[in-house]
Amino acid sequence: MTKHLISSADLSRDETIAILETAVSMHDLQRREVKKVPTLRGRTVINLFFEDSTRTRSSFEIAGKWMSADTINLSGKGSSTSKGESLRDTARTIDAMSVDALVIRHQASGACHQVAQWVRASVINAGDGMHEHPTQALLDAYTLRTRLGDLDGRHVVLVGDLTHSRVFRSNVITLKTLGARVTVVAPPTLMPSGIGAWSATEGFATGWDLDSVIDGDDPVDAIMMLRVQRERMSGGYFPTAREYTVGYGLTRERLGRLVARNPEVLVMHPGPMNRGLEIAADAADAPQSVVLDQVSAGVAVRMAVLYHLLAGDESARDDAERSVHA
Amino acid sequence: MPCPDLNEPETTSKTAGGARDVLSADDISRALRRIGHEVIERNKGAHDLVVLGIPTRGAPLGRRLAAAIGAVEGIDVPVGELDITLYRDDLRRHPMRPAHRSHIPAEGIDDKVVVLVDDVLYSGRTIRAALDALAELGRPRAVRLAVLVDRGHRELPIRADHVGKNLPTSRDERVQVRVAEVDGVDVVRISGGEPR
Repeated sequence: MTKHLISSADLSRDETIAILETAVSMHDLQRREVKKVPTLRGRTVINLFFEDSTRTRSSFEIAGKWMSADTINLSGKGSSTSKGESLRDTARTIDAMSVDALVIRHQASGACHQVAQWVRASVINAGDGMHEHPTQALLDAYTLRTRLGDLDGRHVVLVGDLTHSRVFRSNVITLKTLGARVTVVAPPTLMPSGIGAWSATEGFATGWDLDSVIDGDDPVDAIMMLRVQRERMSGGYFPTAREYTVGYGLTRERLGRLVARNPEVLVMHPGPMNRGLEIAADAADAPQSVVLDQVSAGVAVRMAVLYHLLAGDESARDDAERSVHA
Repeated sequence: MPCPDLNEPETTSKTAGGARDVLSADDISRALRRIGHEVIERNKGAHDLVVLGIPTRGAPLGRRLAAAIGAVEGIDVPVGELDITLYRDDLRRHPMRPAHRSHIPAEGIDDKVVVLVDDVLYSGRTIRAALDALAELGRPRAVRLAVLVDRGHRELPIRADHVGKNLPTSRDERVQVRVAEVDGVDVVRISGGEPR
């Protein structure tokens, strides 16, 4: 297992599956009366969030606590960063307190990769700018596997603001790692530049026309609607919200056509949802929607990630041969 | 990623000193039947029993023990699996192990007599972890321990109530329990160490 989790590409297929399978047993814990296990007793996990977050930060915090790690939340706003301290100094200061893991969300793409060069602790990327969000991709994969089983050959469609979406980047990598077939759809203005080369090497399809994908020859097993990230947009990507919805929103009518092709189709959204913009309320609350399953999987998957990154020791990983029966 | 089996026996001895079989498939089956009778005798019947096997190889042994008890008493004995990975005290010192799911029978363990089943009793640390795991699932009336092989070298004050076979071993010997459900064959084998 890698020391850091910066990109979904850090995980091999076997490692990804090991985390997802561990998450199944972590999910069982969530249904128990006593949810705590002693696994990470004595470990310290710092959540360092320079961007707003509800579900990611709280689920990392709960995950750490249920594993008996000491978890501490620091937000960029309340920390010395607001006094002008650089990210490097902040990270090294925290690292100097001998913490075991830094869970970082930052508005700059590549921030976690940078921090990983500066610290001894394990760095877990909880979303860096427009780059990646690997634990989101893992929990989406977990949700899909719970409903669909093995993802080999399954057709997953991601729709929306691809340019600004770290969820999209990590999801494509994880889904391809697990053998799914992926189609991504976005308006031309929100299609990332250079996606042609990436889709060719990674092996996924791209398109501008959502309806032709829905009605195409390849029935959709799951459709993931990405959030329109107004906070990252300086305008000009599409004329009006109404026009976006007409072209790329998951409306009741589109959901109807998806269900007609495949009654088992799954509707996903990483949240927070802009109801009425990229997803209609009827679709978000439809029986096909697994949006709340995704949230519920968040804690279990993050527990599994902390477990795989922190439970073993570096030195112990070297002598895998000398496993002792207890 | 190194993911060695939980119950993979200890030290890979480089001085392989001829493996020998100490229990055959028939021996294992007789031992489990005898343990079944002992459990029933001790419990004065099969009421309130819950059998929990510790993965990997304790799990199928637990199912067989439950079946053996059930066959004698003519009832279905609740049986499950108790994964103890998250409760181990040696996680820091040993390579990553994937955590497995526990399967606890629907009736739970509160006020039941839980019979833990494992393949080999050695340091006792697995059982210590299992007791911790049990405590968070409920409050059994009693917990008993049944093992196929007790090889000694305890590091904790833990003993088995029911033992298939006591095998005095040296620490550099390796005890391999193979069960049909996992390995395709039933056998207990000792290898390594000085010739005895």
